[in-house]
Amino acid sequence: MGPQHPSTHGVLRLVLEIDGETIVRLRPEIGYLHTGIEKTCEAKFYQQVVPLTDRIDYLCPLTNNLTYCLAVEKLLGLEIPPKAQWMRVLMNELTRINSHLVWLGSHAMDLGAMTVFLYCFREREDILRFFEMISGQRMMTSYFRIGGLALEPPLGFFEKVKNFADRFPGNVDEYEGLLTGNPIFMMRTKGVGRISAEDAIALGACGPTLRGSGVDIDLRRDAPYTGYENFKFKVPLGAEGDVFARYICRVQELRESIGMVQQALAGMPEGPIKADAPKVVLPDREKMKTQMEALIYHFKIITEGFTVPAGEVYQAVESPRGEMGYYVVSDGTAKPYRVHMRGPSYANLQALSKMCEGSLIADVVAAVGSIDVVLGDVDR
Amino acid sequence: MEKGRAGLGSDSPEAGGHLVRLAPPVTDLETLKSHPALARLLDWNASAVQAAKFDRDELTIWVDKALIREVCAILRDHTQCPFNYLADLTCVDWHPLEPRFEVVYHLLSIPAKERVRLKARLDGSSPALESVTSVWPSANFYEREVFDLFGVRFTGHPNLKRIMMPDDWEGHPLRKDYPVEGYR
Repeated sequence: MGPQHPSTHGVLRLVLEIDGETIVRLRPEIGYLHTGIEKTCEAKFYQQVVPLTDRIDYLCPLTNNLTYCLAVEKLLGLEIPPKAQWMRVLMNELTRINSHLVWLGSHAMDLGAMTVFLYCFREREDILRFFEMISGQRMMTSYFRIGGLALEPPLGFFEKVKNFADRFPGNVDEYEGLLTGNPIFMMRTKGVGRISAEDAIALGACGPTLRGSGVDIDLRRDAPYTGYENFKFKVPLGAEGDVFARYICRVQELRESIGMVQQALAGMPEGPIKADAPKVVLPDREKMKTQMEALIYHFKIITEGFTVPAGEVYQAVESPRGEMGYYVVSDGTAKPYRVHMRGPSYANLQALSKMCEGSLIADVVAAVGSIDVVLGDVDR
Repeated sequence: MEKGRAGLGSDSPEAGGHLVRLAPPVTDLETLKSHPALARLLDWNASAVQAAKFDRDELTIWVDKALIREVCAILRDHTQCPFNYLADLTCVDWHPLEPRFEVVYHLLSIPAKERVRLKARLDGSSPALESVTSVWPSANFYEREVFDLFGVRFTGHPNLKRIMMPDDWEGHPLRKDYPVEGYR
């Protein structure tokens, strides 16, 4: 099955050993998208790595930006002003909604429900417009930088997000109306691709795949970063560990995320969006044109980069797909000695064999969809 | 505590801005004993622990490479704080220094919400280490990746083949002596 198959969401090849229609053994073959990002990072300055992180997971570029920035900020011992932190939470939750919408649409389409796909992409378009407003890019945003944000959010941005956030719970009802009680959808998902909590932990599954099996873990709550401790939200859990449980988890997460967007909008503090550390953070354009010192710092950061004290950091963040970890090693120079990305899709893919073995070929499509695999994240 | 400026140059002390001071790393085993992972390992076999470091809120333990599988199994079966989840497994190449490779394990205890980093040092001549797939089946892909990109062999691995690069690829791309542009 694959590497070119509409239901694998990219170039994933699954080697199936079958007995009639039943799967005896399933083996994922990956590497088709391997671009050597980890190697490339070692040849770049710290700030030049940020755009590379966008390219890993095209459904949540901002989460990748965030994880990398947090790791380097931890290495530097850099404190981020509150407004930048709240903006990071806001954008991160919009990214989660964006990613879950693409997942929901394509997952439903794999199982034969075309309408949901069109509805989901309608709302996703709104979110992509927000990304375009703040960064000028719809997908490869690079909006989070080491030390804060790239730009001040434009005028009218918060009102637009507010309108969207007020409307969105109704949209989720719409998707749920089409799927949650739908007998065809239930038959395709209930009891399919089941995995127990023990197996899911042993095989390294993470995120909604793990929570669908009833394991209570969410890094936003358990190890808060970038100000998540100020937000109230529930962690939806499943019990069955099947495709339907993972579906319910993610749909509930959509509602929780939009709640967090509302909280972020209501409590958005005033203040700077960048840390006051001129040797690390690029100066404002205005300052650069008027102040000699700012110009010098700008020149030095661009041409020589900035040095980071030697050490190592593993920063884990709850991405839409689960634990996304960046392991950054510094040797005290301006370029990272080693950057390793722990992709959540890579981890979830290992659990796929367990979900599918013993079931029917047609159920593989449902199971692959339910782990929400992004191949850029797997192969890096 | 002395205020350090995180090594961002020394010409202007004001330039640090919002940089908070970095606490110096703690390497004394006695002080670090309160961490459940280190306490359990010292209790089990003090000679397995080569060194430990607490830096930037993260604990690193260097363990004897010959005992890596036992160490992992002991930590997984810890009674109060079972490190039941292998979050990540990777490698760092310190070429041309020796021992050249450091295999890095990031463990997470889901019930106790603790993390610990294990490291095993390997020589550059023929790097090999016992596989931990019998402790956590999830190590399977990670060890294959390290084998593929660094050329570190894992003995007892069920399927040690290349995972990212094509099967007939020559060399191990993430080694420091492998050029960024590749061989042409």
